[in-house]
Amino acid sequence: MSVEQVVFLVLAVAAVGSAVGVVISRNIFYSALLLVACLFIVAGFYVLLEAPFLAAVQVLIYVGAIAVLIIFAIMLTERMMSKTVRGWNEQWWIALIVTVCLVAVMLYVVVTANWQVSDAATPSDAIVALGQTLLSTYVLPFEVASVILLMALIGAIIIAREEEPVGVVGEQKEEER
Amino acid sequence: MTDYALIGLLLVVAAIFPLIAMFFGFILRPRKPAPIKKSTYECGLETIGETWVRFRVQYYIYALIFVIFDVETVFLYPWAVAYNQLDLFALVEMFIFLMILLGGLLYAWRKGVLEWV
Repeated sequence: MSVEQVVFLVLAVAAVGSAVGVVISRNIFYSALLLVACLFIVAGFYVLLEAPFLAAVQVLIYVGAIAVLIIFAIMLTERMMSKTVRGWNEQWWIALIVTVCLVAVMLYVVVTANWQVSDAATPSDAIVALGQTLLSTYVLPFEVASVILLMALIGAIIIAREEEPVGVVGEQKEEER
Repeated sequence: MTDYALIGLLLVVAAIFPLIAMFFGFILRPRKPAPIKKSTYECGLETIGETWVRFRVQYYIYALIFVIFDVETVFLYPWAVAYNQLDLFALVEMFIFLMILLGGLLYAWRKGVLEWV
């Protein structure tokens, strides 16, 4: 076995192990932390596939942003932190049917698909090429992305911010406290 | 690929290092338990009530702002790597990109969501 195969096996075992941990953990907060570990290991797979930019994006977006959002959502939800949840409920057989169908479809696709195999070497300066294309050919989508991010930021502030009490309703609220 | 092998080696060493330190601490330390020594916080305050509590919704805005600038980093990364091959136009474009997002941060600042309440 080559070194890459050994690393792949270690990563695969760790990824599946943490994913199983997400499902069977009784505390939803531990599930979230195990999910972060699983997503981080997926970044390792991208490195192994010689896609360093995807690995960086995986760490930044999934391990950074998505994980923070999930953990904050758990921490901010009432009665979510202390509660231990049961791993299964009365609808487990429906989930079993859906899962079996999904696995069957995925196996069918994996087995029958005509996978393209390329002998070409991976370009070593892919990130440089990406940066050049992003700031020349695709410069308009690039700037639009920043406007979209700005919209997301302002929208989030408007929705999430607690308004200062204004007028009569506000004063009543103050008294209730 | 060898660069990433070094990062992987660093990860392995970082995982093993505290285990070795804890192992030697376990062997060498004297065992004289006392009630104060065994308390959760040997120095500092005991927590009052349940610690697994709901946090203030206020913190969610910090998380959202963090996510926005985290996504911005994804765009900064290829720009920074390709910086030496890029011209002045790209520098100006990135400046505009950053200015637009800085406007968002200024908006958040002016609305007072960055203040610790």
